[in-house]
Amino acid sequence: MHDTAQQLIETVTCAHRDKQSLSIHGSGSKSFLRLQDQGKPLSTLQHSGIVAYEPTELVLTVRAGTTIAEAESVLRKNGQMLAFEPPEFNGGTIGGAIASGLSGPRRPWVGAARDFVLGTRIINGKGEDLRLGGQVMKNVAGYDISRLMTGAYGVLGVILEVSIKVLPQPETEVTRVFELSVEKAIRHASELSGVANPISATCWHQNKLMIRLSGTETGVKQASRILGGEPIQDADNFWLSIRNHTHTFFQQGSFWRLSVPPASPHILHDSSEQLIDWGGSQRWLKTEESPENITQKALSAGGYAEQWHAADRANLRHPLQKNIMQIHKKIKQAFDPEYIFNPGTFYNYL
Amino acid sequence: MPSEHLKSLLSRLSRHLDKSQLLTSDEALAPYECDGLSAYRQRPLLVALPDTIEQIQATLRTCYDMDIPVVTRGAGTGLSGGALPCKDGVVLSLAKFNKILDIDTQNRTARVQPGVRNLAITEAATPYGLYYAPDPSSQIACSIGGNVAENAGGIHCLKYGLTVHNILSIELLTIDGEPLSVGTQALDHPGFDLLALLTGSEGMLGVIIEITVKLLPKPEIARVLMASFDGVERAGDAVAAIIGSGIIPGGLEMMDNPAIRAAEDFVHAGYPVDASAILLCELDGTASEVEGQIKTVRHVLAENGATEVRIAGDEQERMAFWAGRKAAFPAVGRLAPDYYCMDGTIPRKHLGRVLKHIDKLSREYGLPVANVFHAGDGNLHPLILYDANQQGQLRLAEKLGAQILELCVAVGGTITGEHGVGMEKIDQMCVQFQATELAQFHAVKDAFDPKRLLNPGKAVPELHRCAELGAMHVHHGQLPHPEIERF
Ligand SMILES: Cc1cc2nc3c(=O)[nH]c(=O)nc-3n(C[C@H](O)[C@H](O)[C@H](O)COP(=O)(O)OP(=O)(O)OC[C@H]3O[C@@H](n4cnc5c(N)ncnc54)[C@H](O)[C@@H]3O)c2cc1C
Repeated sequence: MHDTAQQLIETVTCAHRDKQSLSIHGSGSKSFLRLQDQGKPLSTLQHSGIVAYEPTELVLTVRAGTTIAEAESVLRKNGQMLAFEPPEFNGGTIGGAIASGLSGPRRPWVGAARDFVLGTRIINGKGEDLRLGGQVMKNVAGYDISRLMTGAYGVLGVILEVSIKVLPQPETEVTRVFELSVEKAIRHASELSGVANPISATCWHQNKLMIRLSGTETGVKQASRILGGEPIQDADNFWLSIRNHTHTFFQQGSFWRLSVPPASPHILHDSSEQLIDWGGSQRWLKTEESPENITQKALSAGGYAEQWHAADRANLRHPLQKNIMQIHKKIKQAFDPEYIFNPGTFYNYL
Repeated sequence: MPSEHLKSLLSRLSRHLDKSQLLTSDEALAPYECDGLSAYRQRPLLVALPDTIEQIQATLRTCYDMDIPVVTRGAGTGLSGGALPCKDGVVLSLAKFNKILDIDTQNRTARVQPGVRNLAITEAATPYGLYYAPDPSSQIACSIGGNVAENAGGIHCLKYGLTVHNILSIELLTIDGEPLSVGTQALDHPGFDLLALLTGSEGMLGVIIEITVKLLPKPEIARVLMASFDGVERAGDAVAAIIGSGIIPGGLEMMDNPAIRAAEDFVHAGYPVDASAILLCELDGTASEVEGQIKTVRHVLAENGATEVRIAGDEQERMAFWAGRKAAFPAVGRLAPDYYCMDGTIPRKHLGRVLKHIDKLSREYGLPVANVFHAGDGNLHPLILYDANQQGQLRLAEKLGAQILELCVAVGGTITGEHGVGMEKIDQMCVQFQATELAQFHAVKDAFDPKRLLNPGKAVPELHRCAELGAMHVHHGQLPHPEIERF
């Protein structure tokens, strides 16, 4: 437990004065998702520990350098969880989880990282210490800058603290497996999501559709009877492998992430390998198709595409429309007028 | 504004809009003078009622060129003076944009125009077994555009989230009439989370012209329990205990005795009029899920001193239980000529303390207060009763309201949970935020609207305003309520 906020603020204040770029780092578990990594390293790791946690308030306030694992272990002792299941990959701090805004298998049913952020304390590009949002469930005073920080890859500010809404762990979880072709699996998952169901995750890979049910003992038992399928062993580890990308699908080479409407028909028909989760909304593809084709297909489905782990990172970010790009630049200037934070990390013009 | 100016504005606008779409007579302007916060009134220069996107663009471009302020208006049910006109400005009413453009049953989304009423979305989705979750008590009247602008919540947002959690994309026009498409039809979008930034931005950053909302499957079953308590604190403890037991109810609402009596008189919901407080707890999901939860909640309520627990026997009784809660504002409105609705949110653990303090303030000011709140998420709606026709009572009600909000901030909460800052809470923003934080908000505003023409003077106070107020608020270096520990 350390509070290094003052040192971090001083470093940023000097960097602003000297127009010195800073590369903000937590544990580095998500650095493969940075377009570039330039500037003097600024580590949040020392700034760690739980600031406040009261289970019946459903709010956890932590310093950015706290690891996801530590936060989760504190929550677990009280029967609670980070419901958005932030990927740890190999390590992972809360600061990084919020800055990258990534969410795991439970996302479509409970919400994403941004949905659980209630407030933040940040340092902006002028070295100012700002508290935005709060520690309560509902708060509409001022613009929602805490959520804007989520998924902004640190280019708008150094996250010092985050207040996160937490949820009770479900009483019980069960995973059922079904043998289904990709087309049928997409349809099945979509149909199931259209009626009341205690579903909390789905994943299709190699003709197997896994469906996780969460809730009360009786509720889950009944739902799994109606649903059918077979039970699987060691389901917790399976879902962890999806969340943290330790599943074999993610182990080699580069792949695409497509974020699309859940019922979008099967997108690629070549020999590409696919893993589909989020009830059909998130599709991971290994394919030889051209980046232009993939991007186009994702766009016409109403979503977007990005390529992870490619050596050149050329398609790591989906390009923004011109007017959206303009507003991004203006927002960047509103927070970080000297462009000191993570230059080129998110988009090369930010 | 000199009439020459108005003339030239009119002549430019009438190139794009019909005469009937441009209101200028006193009579025609009167209904636009205020929103749901009727104590604040201002007649605008002109009201524009466009019915095409091109007409909205033309109106914005003209105002942008001529440096004329623009206040966007949905249904005008806002409770913070957000849609209050500017004297020298245009009110841009989106009332004519009331079409549901598409319902995608497969992906469970609805694409709607901003003037569509909140409840109309659920009505249109009902045949498909779907609904739109955020359900503000004003849902029969308020517009979805206004909901996005205020990040509206409702009884069911404890479990299903606020507006920000239930929309996928919006089409926006910036003050210069340029379109911005924010979000996708998928669950997230590349770049900054502009969707979150724009939600709850109170019409300060742009004009929302289309929204894609998420629809959820109707729960198989919903049951509601009503528990009575002989102390408000006890009811507050029961709320914490329910959540501590691992259950997130679909809705968890509390009313105090004055609110219970008023509601009972008004809609005959079957409320226990002698109780100090009641809790309404709705559990929804699959039948077997709900059955188990009812058992748990009953037990928790009994353990926490509920004097009576009733379960609505059928759908009709369930609706009756809720009807009392949903009609609480108008019901309380019958107790006095006027009421003033506050909207602070606090960490739930301070509920008892804050309510006691409100009671003390109410007696000091000689104005009764009835309390209705979204207990599950600590969002209070103290309703201050007053009579605007009695000299000085409005000012007194405002002062009492301001003190209540400052109390909310002092215990670690916020001045507004869902109604927005608007014009009403502009001074309390100075209590909740430091100058650097307010300056950051202004910088965000300038990124979208550098001329500050959209809703000027609202949502974020000018720094000099706070400096002047500061002199009033800080007595001998002490903030309001020094007796309360700060967080
Ligand atoms: C009896 C009653 C009960 C209420 N209960 C609740 C409740 O339970 N929960 C809750 O959250 N609120 C509640 N409200 C408040 C109000 O209904 C909400 O704030 C609602 O979202 C306002 O919608 P509207 O269409 O009336 O907006 P308006 O009042 O017309 O406008 C509100 C603000 O939004 C801006 N705006 C409106 N439309 C747009 C647009 N298309 N683009 C950009 N800006 C826009 C306006 O400029 C203004 O600042 C209640 C109000 C009443 C009168």
